[in-house]
Amino acid sequence: MAGYADGEHDRARRFRDAALPYLDDVFTLARYLMRNATDADDAVQECYLRALRHFDTYRGPAMKPWLLTILRNVCNAEFARRGKRELSTECGADKEAEDLPLWQEPQASPETTLLREHDGDTIRKLIAALPQQFREVIVLREVNELSYQEIAEVAGVPVGTVMSRLARARSMLRSAWNVAEGAAP
Amino acid sequence: MNCAECEVLLDALLDGELDAGHARDVEAHVAQCSGCAEKLKAFRAMRGAIATANLKEAAPASLRSRIEAALPSPAPRGIAPQNIARPSRRMFFGGFAAGAALSAAAAASLFLAVVRNDQDQTIADEVVSAHIRSLQAGHLMDVETSDQHTVKPWFDGKLDVAPPVIDLTAEGFTLLGGRLDYIGGEPVASVVYRRRKHIINLFVARRLGREHAFVTASTIQGYNVRNWSDQGLDFWAVSDLDGEELGEFVQKVSAALHPGRPS
Repeated sequence: MAGYADGEHDRARRFRDAALPYLDDVFTLARYLMRNATDADDAVQECYLRALRHFDTYRGPAMKPWLLTILRNVCNAEFARRGKRELSTECGADKEAEDLPLWQEPQASPETTLLREHDGDTIRKLIAALPQQFREVIVLREVNELSYQEIAEVAGVPVGTVMSRLARARSMLRSAWNVAEGAAP
Repeated sequence: MNCAECEVLLDALLDGELDAGHARDVEAHVAQCSGCAEKLKAFRAMRGAIATANLKEAAPASLRSRIEAALPSPAPRGIAPQNIARPSRRMFFGGFAAGAALSAAAAASLFLAVVRNDQDQTIADEVVSAHIRSLQAGHLMDVETSDQHTVKPWFDGKLDVAPPVIDLTAEGFTLLGGRLDYIGGEPVASVVYRRRKHIINLFVARRLGREHAFVTASTIQGYNVRNWSDQGLDFWAVSDLDGEELGEFVQKVSAALHPGRPS
């Protein structure tokens, strides 16, 4: 580490200035893609190290979608590394989450006011319960605030697919949300 | 436009992704179709709920420091942290070698005292004023952030001392840059750090106040101030950080100045 030339320091500094402001964005996407906090932390760190390695050849797009693309690749590589068993577990988790009777949760606190306070939690759980391809477009749009074109580049699909996935994701969210709301007296 | 076409485009309309022509078509359809108007209302409600849910999560500080530690240091030329960490490479402390043993002994037992006399109080007031001035837009750094790696060389020739510029990023204090300031009419160096959103000015000068190796603590106009002397230099750390964290900052700086000393 002691051998870094001045150029290396300059490069490191430029990278920090450009990339670290998006740490919260990257972290949030990681939290929704990976299933636990430790995996998310590891993925974020790996994302930043990879980004630094490729920083010299970085010519765009904007820094945020570029980082999110790398993060998504890191997560997918991790899923692949863990093999089909883990992957199917991951899909199983999706399935399991879908089957979870999320709408029963408000029964513990039946007052509508309390339900309102828990809206954020409920929505987070509903999003976490979406299958991955829908979960990621929702997060990229609603949290990371990317344009359709940027989401298409991050997810590696045409813009039309982004639109239909977003529409489907929101439709699923609305259904689950209505059920959740309906559970309140 | 039929209802199926309209539904597909409702999300895009609300996302602001529709061109004017399509937006007009969708709005025209919604205006005369109560079913699609209901959908639009429901879509809006869902979006509102998501927006107020505040889904973005802040990366934990532990992760942030892990990543900052994993990245190569953007330290100024010749004073990368590893230089500070190794006694054998204390390049820019060489001049203070004579006093090092004595001040190391004194600094080993850092303790807090109150500001004790009028002269110190006056200087402390000026230091806080300088800190507040620095927070005005555009006054924080003379060395632009894009030239951050030249913080230390930048001071050369502007001062009669070479202030240590220590990278404490891995310790949670981000080095932002440097600035020439004036305390009591004398030019001093300010090395600027940030912890979260709190700015720390570390003023460094030769014998700015009386020499004392112990740390004095005070609070002026709501700002915490720490003052100590070491290696022939006078240090003033000023910030709106709470006293404990500013104390931690002082410990880190002091530890970096005395790499051999167990902390």
